[in-house]
Amino acid sequence: MRDDDPNQNEKVDERSGVSRRDFLKISSISVAVPLVTGPKVVFAAGEQVPVHGPGKVPMEFTINGKKHKADLEPRVTLLDALRDEFDLTGAKRVCDRAECGACTVLMDNKAVYACSVLAIEAQGRQIATVESLMQGDKLHPVQQAFVDNDASQCGFCTPGFVVACKAFLDKHPNPTPEDIRRGLSGNLCRCGTYHGIQLAIAQLAQKGA
Amino acid sequence: MRSFEYVSPTTKAQAVSLLAGNWGQTEVFAGGTDLLALMKDDVLAPKRLVNIKQIKDLQGVTYNAQGLRVGALTNLGELADDANVKKNYPALAEALIEAASPQIRNMATLGGNLCQRPRCWYFRNGFGLLPKDETGKELIIEGDNRYHAILANDGPAKFVSPSTIAPVLIAYAAKIRLEGPKGKRELPLEKFYVVPKTETEREHDLQPNEIVTEVVVPPATDAKAAHYEIRQKEAFDWPLAVAAVALRMNGSNVQSARVVMGYVAPVPWISMEAEQALSSQNISEDTAQRAAAAALRNAKALSHNSYKVQLARVAVKRALLKAASGGAA
Ligand SMILES: Cc1cc2nc3c(=O)[nH]c(=O)nc-3n(C[C@H](O)[C@H](O)[C@H](O)COP(=O)(O)OP(=O)(O)OC[C@H]3O[C@@H](n4cnc5c(N)ncnc54)[C@H](O)[C@@H]3O)c2cc1C
Ligand code: FES
Ligand code: FES
Repeated sequence: MRDDDPNQNEKVDERSGVSRRDFLKISSISVAVPLVTGPKVVFAAGEQVPVHGPGKVPMEFTINGKKHKADLEPRVTLLDALRDEFDLTGAKRVCDRAECGACTVLMDNKAVYACSVLAIEAQGRQIATVESLMQGDKLHPVQQAFVDNDASQCGFCTPGFVVACKAFLDKHPNPTPEDIRRGLSGNLCRCGTYHGIQLAIAQLAQKGA
Repeated sequence: MRSFEYVSPTTKAQAVSLLAGNWGQTEVFAGGTDLLALMKDDVLAPKRLVNIKQIKDLQGVTYNAQGLRVGALTNLGELADDANVKKNYPALAEALIEAASPQIRNMATLGGNLCQRPRCWYFRNGFGLLPKDETGKELIIEGDNRYHAILANDGPAKFVSPSTIAPVLIAYAAKIRLEGPKGKRELPLEKFYVVPKTETEREHDLQPNEIVTEVVVPPATDAKAAHYEIRQKEAFDWPLAVAAVALRMNGSNVQSARVVMGYVAPVPWISMEAEQALSSQNISEDTAQRAAAAALRNAKALSHNSYKVQLARVAVKRALLKAASGGAA
């Protein structure tokens, strides 16, 4: 994201390629609404439809069972909301393009990349991050299996991997090695801890965790 | 990512009327797994996102005597797990399970998959679909074209069509349904993909204010179908070559064949040459090899992608042998 880029207006012309000419033609949709405002209402097919943003919108989330509120622009991703607004920094921002898995969280119990979900669409869904897994001082069985099997080196991919493993085991309690390879293919580890992670999963599968 | 306004219509008609009549102003937002990346990279900068995920009519999978109907919002993961898909369209189920990663399949929709934009790195870096320098010279010809097209690449479009689901759906003779301000229309899926000739065109036969509503697939229990991909990495990457085939047999001989390749041309590529080569043949190592050679007979490699010609040939041959030996399952 290029919010901090002073040349960003210049860049539209140079970089937006296909849409460049179209972009210059844009006029009909208003852009500058700096304050938090209630939704504007437009008529679409004879019905009133609320339009949110582009300025900040009041939003409410259920994260790890707790309600959280924030005023955010529609362009804010779930990942940036978690990290920057709610201080939940377990999910990591690595590629920010749905290509590495470090930002994996659960949305209604399914693993998703928080970098590729907009915060605004995560409202009303059950969001669970890696922070929800520990019970008091006790590690979640998946976390414990990572420790037991030396499945972490620098640790940067680990939170995402742990959440992906939990979602995977919930769906495949008795996985084959092929299931494991495919089911965890959405997370990359630069340190190459894959073998340890496979052992951790195998240990958990045996225990029926 | 630039700021935009966000709207969630609840009916198809609302969605259509919230979309602008020319490209660049608004975009349809489904799973977002492709669109958000394009917006972060400033390749697209819509002023409004029309989130279609609240539209109930775009959901659901049904199967009956007419075949399969898949709402555009169906997740790839959900569709891969659908019992009717696994049983009656095994090659489709296999293509779905091989696409992207579990996290993407949980969000990505079938409509978004069929409309996803090319992975061409010139396009993704803001040089457009038909990249040229100031003098009008095509950048891809002398540039790094290792993943670009080997067929239908003599015009300015040299990217490859990115969906790995489209070829197998085309092999199964799927149709796509669209809805826009002028009403509904239906096309054979292969006709939905077009080769753009100017930068103002896109690679789909889709108007800026039209949405994909559903995909329908005729019954295929009489077909032997298979899907074969060649990937550099086993998963979580885009393939180098894809082949999907559907055969209707008369005894041990081919009555009719559909041979579709992916990742070889700017559109999913139906090979008439391969289909002809297979007509009335039984499928053996030898006939599969000959059909594969026919499929790539007109291939023209660019400076760095001649390896893809052989990979595509192998994909076609193996897909045929796999189909003949019982298909995807
Ligand atoms: C690492 C990685 C690996 C991948 N590997 C594969 C692979 O192996 N095979 C494969 O096929 N794909 C692969 N993909 C692409 C992935 O499948 C697509 O990103 C996804 O299917 C897009 O669906 P979506 O619902 O998220 O679309 P969105 O991102 O929401 O939209 C994509 C495009 O389609 C348009 N659109 C969406 N729905 C509609 C509709 N109903 N009507 C009109 N326009 C619409 C949007 O405006 C946008 O232009 C991969 C992606 C990543 C990041
Ligand atoms: S940061 Fe989300 S997938 Fe890499
Ligand atoms: S432990 Fe370092 S990236 Fe995985």
